[in-house]
Amino acid sequence: MSLSVKLTTKENVLLVRLTGELDHHAAENLKKEWQLSMRENNVQHVILNLENLSFMDSSGLGVILGRYKEVKQAGGEMVVCSISPAVKRLFDMSGLFKIIRLEESEEFALLSLGVAS
Amino acid sequence: MKNTMNLEFSSVSSNESFARVTVAAFVSQLDPTMDELTEIKTVVSEAVTNSIIHGYNNRKDEKIYISCTLDDDVVEMEIRDYGIGIENIDEAIQPLYTSKPELERSGMGFTIMENFMDKVEIKSHPDEGTTVRLIKHFKKSKTLCN
Repeated sequence: MSLSVKLTTKENVLLVRLTGELDHHAAENLKKEWQLSMRENNVQHVILNLENLSFMDSSGLGVILGRYKEVKQAGGEMVVCSISPAVKRLFDMSGLFKIIRLEESEEFALLSLGVAS
Repeated sequence: MKNTMNLEFSSVSSNESFARVTVAAFVSQLDPTMDELTEIKTVVSEAVTNSIIHGYNNRKDEKIYISCTLDDDVVEMEIRDYGIGIENIDEAIQPLYTSKPELERSGMGFTIMENFMDKVEIKSHPDEGTTVRLIKHFKKSKTLCN
């Protein structure tokens, strides 16, 4: 199963919804699409919805960390939501939750960034 | 009885999912839990990705070899490449260490392998290649727990 990437914006927030499997093969394309969307839409914050992400490995951590740095550089915040236990385990192991906030759902994530859903 | 399976495939990134799904299908004979299956898929993905990116420097015309043995409730996997090898294994296995920071690598590959498996052995020689041996004991008492 490959990765499907859905990118939408809500006010100054980019919503990144991933479906499928995020590995090294999928990471390169995800990086390009994600960067392009951030530039074109002039957004400040990012919400990463991983509800339908069925598999991820350390390459996924790398691409998320890479985008986190860009968002932080621009003064924004990254929030991850609807994460599965398997993916959460990788976030825990790598310490990503120390820098990326976890919310239960997209709705809560939007609220936390001051956007009404 | 030992049950073995061998795979040989090209060092292209689209084969990362092929490799992990194939090994998972073979290992499924032992009736692992979903968590155990995810762990197997993840470590295969990590080792194969390492061979592609680091071992072969993204050269697509090389080969990666996986052998997998099931023995009772124990899975043993060997992922082998004939790439550039690892000069300093102690450094390579450090959490967050990456030899290619420009490629947005998280440096968590070996840490994940060590966390998900019972045993991880790395044999590597510069210019000869790398073999990663991974061993996992599946929990036996699944049916008893239910």
